[in-house]
Amino acid sequence: MKLGILVNEGPYQHQASDSAYLFCRAALAKGHEIHRVFFYHDGVNNSTRLTEPPQDDRNIVARWSKLAAEHGVDLVVCVAAALRRGIKDENLAPGFRISGLGQLVETGIQSDRLVVFGD
Amino acid sequence: MSEGSRKKFMFVNRKAPYGTVYALESLEVVLISAAFEQDVSLVFVDDGVYQLKKGQQTKGIETKNFSPTYRALEGYDVEKLYVERESLEARGLTEDDLIVDVSVLPAGELGKLMDEQDVVLSF
Repeated sequence: MKLGILVNEGPYQHQASDSAYLFCRAALAKGHEIHRVFFYHDGVNNSTRLTEPPQDDRNIVARWSKLAAEHGVDLVVCVAAALRRGIKDENLAPGFRISGLGQLVETGIQSDRLVVFGD
Repeated sequence: MSEGSRKKFMFVNRKAPYGTVYALESLEVVLISAAFEQDVSLVFVDDGVYQLKKGQQTKGIETKNFSPTYRALEGYDVEKLYVERESLEARGLTEDDLIVDVSVLPAGELGKLMDEQDVVLSF
């Protein structure tokens, strides 16, 4: 099955980003395709490479980057939501790209299921 | 399915218009979906019904009053607006308190509508 993922919450503050990541890993392991992960609202904060969690904690941003590198998952950050929150190309972590909301709608059209992770 | 396809998109608005950014940013996706010529409908449940409340005044919180945008949706061919009856009643509101024409439906009917959608986005 082709899946689209929407992440609406920031990392560390909320479980949504962790759940979305673990869902992606599980879906890929079962042979499903992740068409795109779209980051919206505070979800855009998942994409900043300035993130530095304590050593004994998971690195949520690096984990997404690794997923993109290993599985070619398209990680897209909403430009309007990103600019509101100080996320720009210069502080974007590897594997992420900034684009418009049209990319979210397109994922809804092209995926078999769009799965929303948020509050 | 190709990019040019038309799917049924439903936006479920559950949050009060101010206090968090969900309502405003949801409206932005609604407008983009309409631009992609999708079959768009909006649902307002829980505190989300306050998004359509008449007479919003936001000067005191220095936040933009975006409620007039709901009246502009018609111009984007977004005409299917549903409000959950139980949520309205629980908040002492009636259809007359809302800034746009809506269909007021009981939760069970909304559930059936949701079942018919291709994509459900909740904010």
